[in-house]
Amino acid sequence: MADFTLRIRRYDPESGEAPYWDEHTIDLEPHRSVLEGILQAKARFDGSIGIRCSCRAAICGSCGVRINGQPGLACHTHLDKALKGAKDGIIEVEPMGNMPIIKDLIVDMDAVHWKKVQRVTPWLINKLPVPEREYIVPHENMVDVTQSMACIQCGACVSDCLSMEVDPLFIGPAALAKAYRFAGDPRDAQQEERIRDLAEDPHGIYDCTHCFKCIEACPKGVAPMSQIMRLRRIATRTHHIVDRNNGERHESAFVTLVKDHGLLWEAELLPRSHGGDSFFGKFMPKAALELVDSLPVIAKGLLRRKVTLGKSILPPKDLPKDARAEITSIFEKVDDRGELRELNLYISGYDEDLEGAETPSASAAAGAQGQTSAESGQPGMTPEESPTR
Amino acid sequence: MPEHDVLIIGAGLAGQRAALAAAEAGATVAILSKVHPVRSHSVAAAGGINAAISLDDRWESHAYDTVKGSDFLGDQDAIEIMCREAPGEVMHLEHIGVTFHRNEKGEMDLRAFGGASMKRTAYVADITGQAILHVLYEQLMKHHETVDRYEEWFTTSLIRDEEGACVGCVARNIRTGEMETFRAKGTILAQGGAGQCFKPTTNALICTGDGIAQAYEIGAPLMDMEMIQYHPTTLVENGFLITEGARGEGAHLLNADGERFMEKYAPNKMELASRDVVSRAGQTEINEGRGVGPDGSGIALDITVVPKKRVLEALREIVNIGKDFAGVDITAEPILIRPGQHYIMGGVKTDVHGQVPGVPGLYAAGEVACVSVHGGNRLGANSLLDTLIFGRRSGEHAAERAKTMPAPSVGNDQLKADVARIDSIIARPREGRRISEIKDELGTVMNRYVAVFRDEAGLAQAHDTVRRLKEEARTAYIDDRGTVFNQDVLGAIELGYMLDVAEAIVVASLERKESRGAQFRTDFPERNDDEWLKHIDISRNGDATPQVSYSPVTITQWQPEERKY
Repeated sequence: MADFTLRIRRYDPESGEAPYWDEHTIDLEPHRSVLEGILQAKARFDGSIGIRCSCRAAICGSCGVRINGQPGLACHTHLDKALKGAKDGIIEVEPMGNMPIIKDLIVDMDAVHWKKVQRVTPWLINKLPVPEREYIVPHENMVDVTQSMACIQCGACVSDCLSMEVDPLFIGPAALAKAYRFAGDPRDAQQEERIRDLAEDPHGIYDCTHCFKCIEACPKGVAPMSQIMRLRRIATRTHHIVDRNNGERHESAFVTLVKDHGLLWEAELLPRSHGGDSFFGKFMPKAALELVDSLPVIAKGLLRRKVTLGKSILPPKDLPKDARAEITSIFEKVDDRGELRELNLYISGYDEDLEGAETPSASAAAGAQGQTSAESGQPGMTPEESPTR
Repeated sequence: MPEHDVLIIGAGLAGQRAALAAAEAGATVAILSKVHPVRSHSVAAAGGINAAISLDDRWESHAYDTVKGSDFLGDQDAIEIMCREAPGEVMHLEHIGVTFHRNEKGEMDLRAFGGASMKRTAYVADITGQAILHVLYEQLMKHHETVDRYEEWFTTSLIRDEEGACVGCVARNIRTGEMETFRAKGTILAQGGAGQCFKPTTNALICTGDGIAQAYEIGAPLMDMEMIQYHPTTLVENGFLITEGARGEGAHLLNADGERFMEKYAPNKMELASRDVVSRAGQTEINEGRGVGPDGSGIALDITVVPKKRVLEALREIVNIGKDFAGVDITAEPILIRPGQHYIMGGVKTDVHGQVPGVPGLYAAGEVACVSVHGGNRLGANSLLDTLIFGRRSGEHAAERAKTMPAPSVGNDQLKADVARIDSIIARPREGRRISEIKDELGTVMNRYVAVFRDEAGLAQAHDTVRRLKEEARTAYIDDRGTVFNQDVLGAIELGYMLDVAEAIVVASLERKESRGAQFRTDFPERNDDEWLKHIDISRNGDATPQVSYSPVTITQWQPEERKY
């Protein structure tokens, strides 16, 4: 047993008072959860502390909060680990962000999260005819969508989504992961309609800034951002959707620039995003407009030395020969692979059986998995997941 | 006053399935739950759902396994219905989008489960309950125009009219504190079990027996309440569930000598005997000094014998649970488990349409109910099936019944009474005990005396304690005086529910003087079909102590026989 002090953000909507901090010292084994700490404080000292909770085992998704500023489930965070992240030896627990607070640690998920889920037509639209028995579908596809099915709708990813902070209308990580659950389901009849809808929506799949926050926040390894990237890949590769948000062209600008130069050429990015990979693209009126729009940002970047004039305007310097060759071979390898094999939590390159096998997909899996493993609970990125926007 | 043909209280699998079925049958429907539907405890069901969908399987085989698992206390007419309708129900789930695991041919894959004579458990990794629950909720979102959802509403009472029919309920909007009377032609209880009467339990904090107690309160009979399932594999650390799917995939149970001790208890089925048998075996090993761990209080569950790839793909959730809650990598080393409270076979007595005898208009489905398809012991992966089959049947029946009757008239007497009750709880002086203390004592006592092994003396001790706690609960105080999300006052009401349910459990356990299924009396260690092949019903009138009566077990084609695994 050890003593831990919790500093809990309190808010009583009936009091007319502003939110305040409330401290309680609880006594639990270090590997017990922050939720158990809060429940002890509630049981012993103050039954009025508000927090939603039910299963205690990271399955029901009720107890999403911020602990020391990081979103997650209170039941899924050990006290000793939380203490390590504490600024002053006191574990801080706050309600999640991006959603209105109802009381103490309880936020209004209906107003934000569930509204967005409802936005993505969150039910299967059956391919017809519906078979008498089950649909016969590939094993891999079902395992694949099971990753987004593993989402428990806790809202941790919504809480700290940076895009949503800037654009509250952004459909957001949880709802888009839910969208992939249908778009990736071979039994669904409307993959193209769904994807087109999400690509054309100015607050849809191209609104994600690829910041990884949601992947970090997710307690279930759903990796919402990876699901968003999958939606983008289906949009561009499978359905060739050229969207009005310029998402498709922007993404392809990245790819062609790296393919041509080995490195990104910032000055070319904007024209190519509008006019495509051609000389005349530079003269697209829209590109000029956006260039003018972006001038203050560019100026700021230069002033703060985030970019240098040389790097951003001139074409990238030549890479050593073998580096160029390697980049080219990556492109060739990816292009050769007709079918895109996606990795996820359940289909991982982690297992020895897979690593030992000499199939292209397995070796790609092992390589791409890199930073991930079952320990981290985070699925890997595929090679195609280059940063865009 | 909201008014519907069918009112469903509880939004787990049984409640959501009932809502969809009733709406499809043309009824106006309200579904009301004290938590958001996807937080319901059905979400924690891991291993799968049983159905004889394999071409070489027959529903009769599934039914026989269920009857045998129930130690012949299950009603065979109900079991036949459940098992016959199972394949259709599972196909329906598949069609609305459940991502069932496929085999290499792309057909639904099946895994082995306890007490089953062949592989017949369909699954989604080890998040089957979650997958089904979320898919049903997708359907509720799809049908948002025909099903009114009241999420985070807490039911305080059921309402009976002068003729004794159930005509709705009173509930509190947790977000605002507003109280409301819901009027309905039919009311379906679907609030799940009462695991929180025990500590530890695999059950969520919301499983406080609300529906069982509310029905009991208005005079409905409870049945098989003594039948409490202890799951063989719960974490020693904190009582969390490790799915039976682990043993279904081939994991072993080992004692301190490294012996697969199930050889002694169930030489044929080994780890896949029925849960009551495996739990008793594990508890015996612990009691006789062959337990594992620092204080010998556990059993080793060895999942390392299952190929790692298979574990990562099909048992992902328990990999996480092992890592997060016990600090163990189950793919590399055994994990310490022991039997722990998991499920209540008993509940509100119903017929095969979910109707509660003696209370027209009242239905119950799922863990809150006792049809009885589980009898003395539920087979793993039959609970999801029970919720869906009888949830659907209740919804359909209630919808049809509603077509034949006018809307009932309901006054606001109960509303006033409930408002006054809540006000009085909030106003209690800080003199008695804390709610949390009473709940802790209840759980500890129940888990000590009303567990895997029971006897007269222990049960009598539990009985005395529960009655004392009921007295103490009348004056127990709370801290929260507010209206918005006052979880404290709801906790006080839930405590009352738990105490009522616990009393019924203890009384029924004392009553059954034999050992059958989950009820093992060390003072009556044999099954006694001559005297006890019958259900124990518990009911009450007003504040009187529980009344015991008996009802016969329905036997169709399987005569009781000695049970061997």
